[in-house]
Amino acid sequence: MTKSQVRMHVNGRAVEALVEPRTLLIHFLREHLNLTGAHIGCDTTHCGACTVDLDGKSVKSCTMFAIQAEGATIATIEGMANADGSLSALQEGFRMEHGLQCGFCTPGMIMRAHRLLKENPNPSEEEIRFGISGNLCRCTGYQNIVKAIEYAAAKLRDTPQKEAAE
Amino acid sequence: MNTAVLTREQREAKLEGMGCKRKRVEDIRFTQGKGNYIDDLKLPGMLFGDFVRSQYAHARIKRIDSSKAKQVPGVLAVLTAEELKGVNLAWMPTLAGDVQMVLADGKVLFQNQEIAFVVAEDRYAAADGVEAVEVEYEELPVIVDPFKSMAADAPVLREDLAGKSSGAHGARKHHNHIFEWTVGDKAATDAAFANAEVTIKELISYHRTHPSPLETCQCVASFDKIKGELTVYGTFQAPHVIRTVAALISKIPEHKIHVISPDIGGGFGNKVGAYPGYICAIVASIVTGKPVKWVEDRIENLTTTSFARDYHMTTEIAASKDGKVTGLRVHVLADHGGFDACADPSKFPAGFFAIVTGSYDFPVAHVAVDGVYTNKAPGGVAYRCSLRVTEAAYAIERGMDILAQKLGMDPAELRLKNFIKREQFPYQSALGWEYDSGDYHTAMNKALEAVGYQALRAEQAAKREAFKRGETREIMGIGLCFFTEIVGAGPSKNCDVLGLAMFDSCEIRVHPTGSAVARMGSKSQGQGHETTYAQIIASEIGIPADDIAVEEGNTDTAPYGIGTFGSRSTPVAGAAIAMACRKIRNKAQMIAAYLLEVHESDLEWDVDGFRVKGLPEKFKGMKEIVWAAYHSPPPGMEPGLEAVSYYDPPNMTYPFGAYICVMDIDVDTGVYQVRRFYALDDCGTRINPMIIEGQVHGGLTEAFAIAMGQEIRYDEIGNVVGGSFMDFFLPTAVETPKWETDHTVTPSPHHPIGAKGVGESPNVGGVPAFSNAVNDAFSFLGTRHIQMPHDYWRNWTVANQLGLHD
Repeated sequence: MTKSQVRMHVNGRAVEALVEPRTLLIHFLREHLNLTGAHIGCDTTHCGACTVDLDGKSVKSCTMFAIQAEGATIATIEGMANADGSLSALQEGFRMEHGLQCGFCTPGMIMRAHRLLKENPNPSEEEIRFGISGNLCRCTGYQNIVKAIEYAAAKLRDTPQKEAAE
Repeated sequence: MNTAVLTREQREAKLEGMGCKRKRVEDIRFTQGKGNYIDDLKLPGMLFGDFVRSQYAHARIKRIDSSKAKQVPGVLAVLTAEELKGVNLAWMPTLAGDVQMVLADGKVLFQNQEIAFVVAEDRYAAADGVEAVEVEYEELPVIVDPFKSMAADAPVLREDLAGKSSGAHGARKHHNHIFEWTVGDKAATDAAFANAEVTIKELISYHRTHPSPLETCQCVASFDKIKGELTVYGTFQAPHVIRTVAALISKIPEHKIHVISPDIGGGFGNKVGAYPGYICAIVASIVTGKPVKWVEDRIENLTTTSFARDYHMTTEIAASKDGKVTGLRVHVLADHGGFDACADPSKFPAGFFAIVTGSYDFPVAHVAVDGVYTNKAPGGVAYRCSLRVTEAAYAIERGMDILAQKLGMDPAELRLKNFIKREQFPYQSALGWEYDSGDYHTAMNKALEAVGYQALRAEQAAKREAFKRGETREIMGIGLCFFTEIVGAGPSKNCDVLGLAMFDSCEIRVHPTGSAVARMGSKSQGQGHETTYAQIIASEIGIPADDIAVEEGNTDTAPYGIGTFGSRSTPVAGAAIAMACRKIRNKAQMIAAYLLEVHESDLEWDVDGFRVKGLPEKFKGMKEIVWAAYHSPPPGMEPGLEAVSYYDPPNMTYPFGAYICVMDIDVDTGVYQVRRFYALDDCGTRINPMIIEGQVHGGLTEAFAIAMGQEIRYDEIGNVVGGSFMDFFLPTAVETPKWETDHTVTPSPHHPIGAKGVGESPNVGGVPAFSNAVNDAFSFLGTRHIQMPHDYWRNWTVANQLGLHD
C-alpha cells in the first residue's frame, strides 16, 4: 500500500514518518513512536483509554488516522511529568487519592483530566464526572478518580506553573 | 538500627506494614504511561494473528478457502482445524473436563467461534487476510434458550459426544446435557417442605454477562526452534496453570516453557481460562519460527472469551408463620454454552454454589444443578466473584425478600431472625461448608443504624400513600443484602484444577543489606499486590515495605502457584507470605540469640527485631541480624536468609457484609436514581484500608452495571445483541452512584494473619442489593419478582404491565 508522509509534534518533539494512510493515530503513536502509554480498550471510541491531547483538545486516537494529525501538536501521558521528572499534579493526585488500580485507563483518564482542568480550573464534582464521562474505568468506580482530579485542581490553583506545559 | 531515638509507634510507622494506607508502588509507572502490558511488547520479527469467525451460531462448515487470503500482501499463513490436527491441537481440554474446538472442526457452535487463524506481518495485513478467507456454511437449527436444550427433539449440538452417556461429572440425561450435580439431604429437605407452614417458590434468573476488563485477552508466543523452548507472554491470571496446560497439550517439556504475565489491565475472571487465541499463537510461532502476537478486539472479547452467570435458579424456601426458615431447595439450570469451559475446581462443576444457604441457619437444604449446552459462547467464569458465589447470593437474597413479602415481615427483621449467631461459629452449613467466623447481627445492626433504616421505611410508607393518592409518580425502594461469601480456594482435600491442589506460594529472599524480594504464585490484575504483600512482609519480619520488591508473573522465577481469581490472593497467597516470613523470623531469632549470647527462648519479637525479655536495652534489629546471616552465621547454621512456603489452606474463608441501597424510580420513564448506597464489609484483618475501599468502590460499580443493565443477550438465531461497548452497559462517572463504605472486623481464625479477602464481596453483595431495591420499590403494587437487569426500559415495562400508564 502506498505510504504517506506525516509530520507532527509529539511531546515537544518534531516527528516525521511514512505510514499507510489507514494507520490509526493510536497505532502510529504506539507502534511507530513506541509511546505505549495510550491504550486500546474498545475499538468503538467508547472507552477513552487511547485519549491524547491534540491541538488543545482531548482526542480519542483510535478514531483518527495518523495522516489526519498532519501538522498537529500532540501531548501523550509520556509528556506529562514535570520537567524535573517528578509527577505532575494530576499524576500525583491519582496516586495520592488511589485513583487507579489496573492502570489501563489511567493514561487516557489523566490526559482527559489535563484538558478538563485547562478549560475549567475549578470544576465541581458534577462537572468532573461529566467531563470524564468519555473515559471508562472498570476498576475504581470513579469515586477516587474524581478526588484525584480535585486534588490536582487544588494543587494547580495554588501553583499553576507546576503543571507540564501544553 | 538506632531504636533508642524512635518510639515503638515511630518504628511501626516506618515499616508501613499491615493496617496502613500505604500509597501504591505500582502507580509510579502506571501514572506515567510506563506500565508493561502485552500489547506494548514488541519482539524482533514479530507477526500478528487474527481470527476468521463464524457468522452463525450453529452451522456445518462445508468449505474453507484460504487461497485468496494467502495472496494478500503480508499474509504468511492461514491455520484451520486441518493444520491443527497435524499437531493434535484442533481440540483442547477445558478446565471443566470437557474439550473445546480450537478452530472449527466440521461445525460451529456459537456466533464468532474461531474458524481460521490468519498470520501476517502486521495487524492490518492480518485483518486484510481475514476478509479474504471464504467460508461456506450450512445453517443448523439453533438453541439459545437453555429451557429448550433438553427437549426430546432438540438438535444435537455436540456431535463429538454422540453415544457418551456420561461426562466428567457423571451421567448425562440428554444429548445436550452436561452434568447433574447435587448436594444436601433431599429426603429431609422434602420433608421440611411437606411440613412447612409457609413456602415460597420463584424462578430467579441471573442473566448472562461478561467481565470485560478494559484490556482484552492477548498474548505473544515465541518458539525458539534451536533450544526447543517456548515463551508465552500473556494476560494470564494463572500463569503457572497456563504453563502446565501448554506442556500437557503441546508435549513441549514444562521446563522448556516460560510463561510471563506482565502488567494486566484488569481481569475479573476473564483471564483465567485458556483460549483458542493462545493455542493458535503458539502453533503459528512454531510453524513460522517467529514470535506471534494475538490481541482480541472488544467485540471478540465480549462474544467469545468466556462469559459469566447464565444461571436460572428455581428457589424455594420453607418457613414457619413467624418467619423462622426451615428448609431451602434450589434447582439450577446452568447454561454453559457450546463447550463446558467453566473455571471451577474439578470436583465442583457448579463452583461453590452450595454457599446458597447464605448467612442463615437453615436446618436442611438441597441443591441440584443441571448443566446444559446451548449455541452460545463457552466460559462460565467467576466475574469478580468466587466461583458461582454471586449467583448463590442473588438466589438467597432475593428469596429472603420474597419470603419477607409473603410473611408481611420487614426484610431486615426476617434476616436478623434467621442469621447464624456469633456463638455458632465455626458453623456447619446444611450443604457441607464450615463457616470460619462471623458476627452477622453486629454488622447488620450497624448498617441499619448507619442509614437510618426505620426512618427510611417511614418515608417509603408515606411516599406509597402519596403515590396511591396520585400526588407523585415516583416510587421508592430500599434494597437489603446480607451476603456471606466463600473464597480462598482452596484446601487440597477438596479443591484442585487439572489435578493440581489449589495451594499458593511465596518465596522470600532477604538480601545482605536488609532489603528483600518476594516472588509469588499469584498475579495481580490491578489489586495492588506489589503494595499490600510488602506490607504483610513488613509487619511479619520488620523490614520496611519500601525495601521489599514483590514480583509476580514469571514462571521461571516465581514458585508454582494457582494464580489470582476467586478472591484467593489474600486468603491463600497472603497466608503463604506470612508462613514464609515466619520461617525467616525463626532463623533470625536463632541468629539474634547467637549475637546476644542468650537462648532463643529468652527473646521476644519487637516490631523490627528481637529483644531479650526483661532487658529492653538488649536488642538486635533485623538489619543487623540479616547482615549476620550472610557475614557471620552461628556455627553450624547455613548462611543466608530466605524461605519458601507452599500454603495449603485448612479451610476456605467466609467474608460477609451488609449492603443497603435506596433508590427512586419514576414509573412514567423507568428512570431510577440511586439515592444512597451503603456497604459494610467484614473481610477480617485489613491489610491496606485504602486499597480495600478502592476494591469495594470498583466491585460495587460492577454490581451496579450488572444489576441495572449489563447483559450479553442473544436473539432467537443466536446473534449476540449488544456485543460492543455501544450496547454493553459499562457505567461512566455520570451514571455511577456514590459509595459509602464501612466495616467491621471479624478475623479468620485459621488464616495466619486473620485476613479473608475482599475484592469480590462488593460484586457478590451489590447485585442483590440493587435488585432488591427495584423489587422493593414495585412490591406494593403487586409484583413478586422482577428479573434483572433493571434498565430504564425494563422498569418502564414493569410499570406499563402494572397498568400504571393507562
